[in-house]
Amino acid sequence: MSAELETVFDLTLTVNGVAHHESVEARRHLADFLREDLGLTGTHIGCEHGVCGACTVLMDGEIVRACLTLAVQCEGRHIETIEGLSDSGRIAGLQEAFRTRNALQCGYCTPGMLIAASALMDIEPAPDRAEIREHISGNYCRCTGYHAIVDAVEAALAARTEGAR
Amino acid sequence: MKPATFAYARAQSVAEAVAALAAHGDEARLIAGGQSLVAMLNMRLSAPRLLIDINAISGLSEIAVEGDGLRIGALVRYTQALRAPLVARHAPLLTRAIPHIAHAAIRNRGTLGGSVAFADPAAEMPACILALGADIAISGPDGARVVAADDFFLGLYETALGPADMLTGLNLPLHGPDRRVGFAEFARRHGDYAMVGLAATATARGAGLGDVRLAYFSMGPCAVRARGAEQALEAGDLDAAVAALEADLDPTGDIHASRDTKMHLAGVLLRRVAGQLSEQPQ
Amino acid sequence: MTRDVPSPLTALDRPNSYIGRAVPRPNLARLTEGRGEYVSDLVLPRMVHVVYVRSPHAHARIRAIDAAEAKRAKGVVAVVTGRELAEVCTPWVGVLTHMVGLKSAPQHAMAVDRACWQGEAVVAIVARTRALAEDAAELVEIDYEPLPAVTDMMTALDPQTPVIHPALGDNLAFERNFTGGDPAAAFAAADHVIEADFGFGRHTGVTLEPRAMVADFNAGTGRLTAYLGTQAPHMMQNILSIHLGMSEQQIRVVCKDVGGSFGIKVHVYADEMATAALSKLLKRPVKFVADRLESFLTDIHARDHRLKGRIAVKADGTITAFEIDDVTGIGPYSVYPRTSAVEANQVVNLTGGPYACPNYKARARVVFQNKTVTCQYRAVGHPIATAVTEGLVDLAARRIGMDPVEIRRKNLIRDDAYPCASATGLKFEALSHHAALDKLLAMMDYPKLRAEQAALRTKGIHRGIGFASFIEITNPGAAFYGVGGARISSQDGAVVRMDATGAVTVQTSATEQGQGTEAVIAQVVATALGVPLDIVRVISGDTDQTPYGGGTWASRAAGIGGEAAWQAGKALRANVVAVAGAILQADPDSLDVRGGAVVDAASGRERLSLAELGRIVYFRPDTLPPGFQAELMAVRHYVPRGYPFAFTNGIQASYLEVEDGFVKLLGHWVVEDCGTILNPQLVDEQVRGGVVQGLGGALFEQCVYDAEGQMQNASMADYLVPMACEMPDIQVGHIVSPTADSELGAKGAGEAGTAGAPAAVMNAINDALAPFGATLTEMPFTPDRILSALKQARQRGGADVAAPAGTPA
Repeated sequence: MSAELETVFDLTLTVNGVAHHESVEARRHLADFLREDLGLTGTHIGCEHGVCGACTVLMDGEIVRACLTLAVQCEGRHIETIEGLSDSGRIAGLQEAFRTRNALQCGYCTPGMLIAASALMDIEPAPDRAEIREHISGNYCRCTGYHAIVDAVEAALAARTEGAR
Repeated sequence: MKPATFAYARAQSVAEAVAALAAHGDEARLIAGGQSLVAMLNMRLSAPRLLIDINAISGLSEIAVEGDGLRIGALVRYTQALRAPLVARHAPLLTRAIPHIAHAAIRNRGTLGGSVAFADPAAEMPACILALGADIAISGPDGARVVAADDFFLGLYETALGPADMLTGLNLPLHGPDRRVGFAEFARRHGDYAMVGLAATATARGAGLGDVRLAYFSMGPCAVRARGAEQALEAGDLDAAVAALEADLDPTGDIHASRDTKMHLAGVLLRRVAGQLSEQPQ
Repeated sequence: MTRDVPSPLTALDRPNSYIGRAVPRPNLARLTEGRGEYVSDLVLPRMVHVVYVRSPHAHARIRAIDAAEAKRAKGVVAVVTGRELAEVCTPWVGVLTHMVGLKSAPQHAMAVDRACWQGEAVVAIVARTRALAEDAAELVEIDYEPLPAVTDMMTALDPQTPVIHPALGDNLAFERNFTGGDPAAAFAAADHVIEADFGFGRHTGVTLEPRAMVADFNAGTGRLTAYLGTQAPHMMQNILSIHLGMSEQQIRVVCKDVGGSFGIKVHVYADEMATAALSKLLKRPVKFVADRLESFLTDIHARDHRLKGRIAVKADGTITAFEIDDVTGIGPYSVYPRTSAVEANQVVNLTGGPYACPNYKARARVVFQNKTVTCQYRAVGHPIATAVTEGLVDLAARRIGMDPVEIRRKNLIRDDAYPCASATGLKFEALSHHAALDKLLAMMDYPKLRAEQAALRTKGIHRGIGFASFIEITNPGAAFYGVGGARISSQDGAVVRMDATGAVTVQTSATEQGQGTEAVIAQVVATALGVPLDIVRVISGDTDQTPYGGGTWASRAAGIGGEAAWQAGKALRANVVAVAGAILQADPDSLDVRGGAVVDAASGRERLSLAELGRIVYFRPDTLPPGFQAELMAVRHYVPRGYPFAFTNGIQASYLEVEDGFVKLLGHWVVEDCGTILNPQLVDEQVRGGVVQGLGGALFEQCVYDAEGQMQNASMADYLVPMACEMPDIQVGHIVSPTADSELGAKGAGEAGTAGAPAAVMNAINDALAPFGATLTEMPFTPDRILSALKQARQRGGADVAAPAGTPA
């Protein structure tokens, strides 16, 4: 550990499968890093104190709050954002269910909500509505009232089950 | 809402972290999961000159049975603990409590050790540690030591940790066949900090209970035991236990609950948790 | 329900009509892939960021500002005080002439010599990044002289309370007194008079994207482009022009994606005016994005009413009079330009509105205080009027031992009574209270729920059922703002253009806030024109490109903007058919446009593709008959003229359980009548989202202030909004009573959910707690309040039971 007090760091990490080498201030949180340094504005900022869930991204496959994670802490990590998950088609079924059910209005919570919901689908084969509600209760949506989101997640789960047969 | 500038250093060992703390004193903060700290940094409620990241220190992310205890390293995250069969088997109180802590994304980063060290009065983990009678492993400038949970929580965000101390792990007594645990809390919304919460352990003694430990949270400046109620429960008198809370607890009202509400709900929780302690199957 | 239709060809019987269908919204693919274009995402060349140093005091004189160190800080471009900015931006006064007596004081973009609420901007720091601006903000030294803060609205008018704006004489912004019929006689003759005090918390919108603006003044063109998350681009164009001393034409307001609005983004914000002024001053783009802590202190707040209510009722359940006395605190200024007197005015207008009761007395007083300003937020005044009305109706029913459904059946305006007017003179064209009630009861299976409630009560489980009938103001004409002198358009326009491939572009003055305006406009135009939906593209939110119009507020976008689009689409179809007639040498009346082609109207046989028609019009006009000029662009505007407002109605029911002071919502039902349903999915989702916003106010939301005017819960962790776990599934049903004011017959649907939900929950809680003799009428219904009410009821001796488990000792 360096004895000098350094505030700017070279950072190497993978974002959506692409290796990035960037210089970041220690104080820059991951959400700002993604949005401002990499131009990945699909990660939204709603509160910057870890409550709203709009900045939810995947770090090494697990959902995290990008506003509560310092970019410099992501050295060597794999980050996935809504842009990467969209391009890879990994959450295409869930996105389609959201569109069909109109499970978004203004769309600002949607990237975080999709990523949070997909994390539930990754670990639970058949969550019921109460479990879906509990899992997404860290993601705030002011527009929909949540009912349509729960419907969409249910529909995506059903389509996945159907597709697996 | 951006943090003030701070320097950052990645400690590779506990000794490095402790040395850096010793060198920079109050101007340095340790960061583990950062789920409370980064929010405070963003709001500039905390503005350390140096952030010492302990996430790269090896050996602190392990959960293992050591002797007659379950050792949980300082970097074990809530999700990791929740998924660990060792925790389910040897520390079922944690398995009950962790789902109440915030939300999945927070639990993926937040650490048990960080929560204990931060000692938020409304947090679940300090109360669990207190109810379990766990030991807290600490490294400081003078070496390593162990502090019992009963001696660890001293006041509002105040613990037995000195300015250059680092919490390195938690040692939990192994759950035994006659051990009982209970957990319940009231929160305005799922995942919110509790208005009132209770973590409890006991030993089944025939039809009754012994070694009762009731640790309340959000009922004082830090997690606090309700010793009068513990004795009454051991004596088998639930009503007396609830009545004893008046003397055991002295919460301050806040915007989410008045003192009266907290005291009332503390009694409701005691009845609920006492039921869990009595009814738990072997 | 049906009506006489003025046009022989209605929206509903056009071939291949999209009206009434849940068509996909064009924006959703983008938004689900993180490809939105929100103002907070925008980056422009030379752009700098502004951070405002805000007053920590609710009321303080600014003695001195020392910004020398901040000006020298890294990355700082400018440090500007309120006094300096006043040279660039003139102050405003938020009054309307039809709100007789409404007064307010001049408000500047930033405080000049005095800050009047905690959070008012005092100094602007402009820097290369937001973080650097925040760093410099910490270096600004401001010498404040704290002044006494007026915080309690109930004592704001007391003689000993300081007057916030001495020039105004007192702290009374507005007072309205109304008497209709003979309420005194009705109360005197009543068998029962029931009184209750009602309280409503201070709410704020908590749009997930905070307010955001990029102001880009280009000195070369002399134009200001304001990229702004707003509901009313043309209103903002006008306001910016007035206060920056520019012509309207030199102002362009652009609004692409907006991360939530709900009324929060339809007002003039001092810090946004300051941002525009800074751009003009610095001649470069300036970006302002409120952070969440600033949002709580500077976004408009709303509600915050205390009312005394009275109802007079006969022994047979006939309601003979309502009376209310309302006080609301609005902060230190009436908000510009819509004013902060509207909510109280709405409460006066709407109370008792669903009921056939001619006797009504009301007083509303609107007072100044040193808190964040309040103004119009989703369902302005409706949740308050509905809760007071429905709360009193339920209390009356309980007093006389009548079922809450029966007292409503007896008193709701009969479905065959229209047109008629309320006690306050509101004109109702066609409402359906009784049909809605019947449908609601069937949807919720009322007898079954009552039986379940009774059975569980014997087991100590306390559930309640609550109802709330309501009316909602939608499709406002000029009566809202225009007549009061505000340059806020009540009409909207649409331009529909067909290009050379037959594709269609619509420019609309209605705006997209996420509710699906662009989808509705597209389906209306596609239907009117007779083309497939996927060839219609909609452009909104740009004053350079769209017709002049009002935007989205007061549940008007579909009803007014949609009708303009319908008329424009029809006009373009007539033009297309005229061209086709010229090309085909056929009588235009024998042709129609269907499925994207010109067809023979009688047989449906295709005569000409639109692509071929476009090719001829644009590239071979020489082949058209001499003197014939094709016009493949049509413009129409629309404003409702028959009624000042298109009232909608509906009813909601809540089923819930109360345990240990906590409310668990088990079910929620809504029947709504918004006239013609253009897109059922979008209507239902407006209702659901609105309901949850109402539930937030009923159970969680409240800006808590201390006696010094400091907000105690100005963070997302402490201002509690509804989250998924606590919210119920919401069942939505419809009755359809179209308005004859427009051909489409659509009324608004955006606010109905919010209007009725709090009242339904209040009545359900009181139904659940009836065995204890506890009644709650102060929102939000927190565990604190519920436990306290139960305790008081027990101390009074309760109603009829011993304390069950869960009652505080």
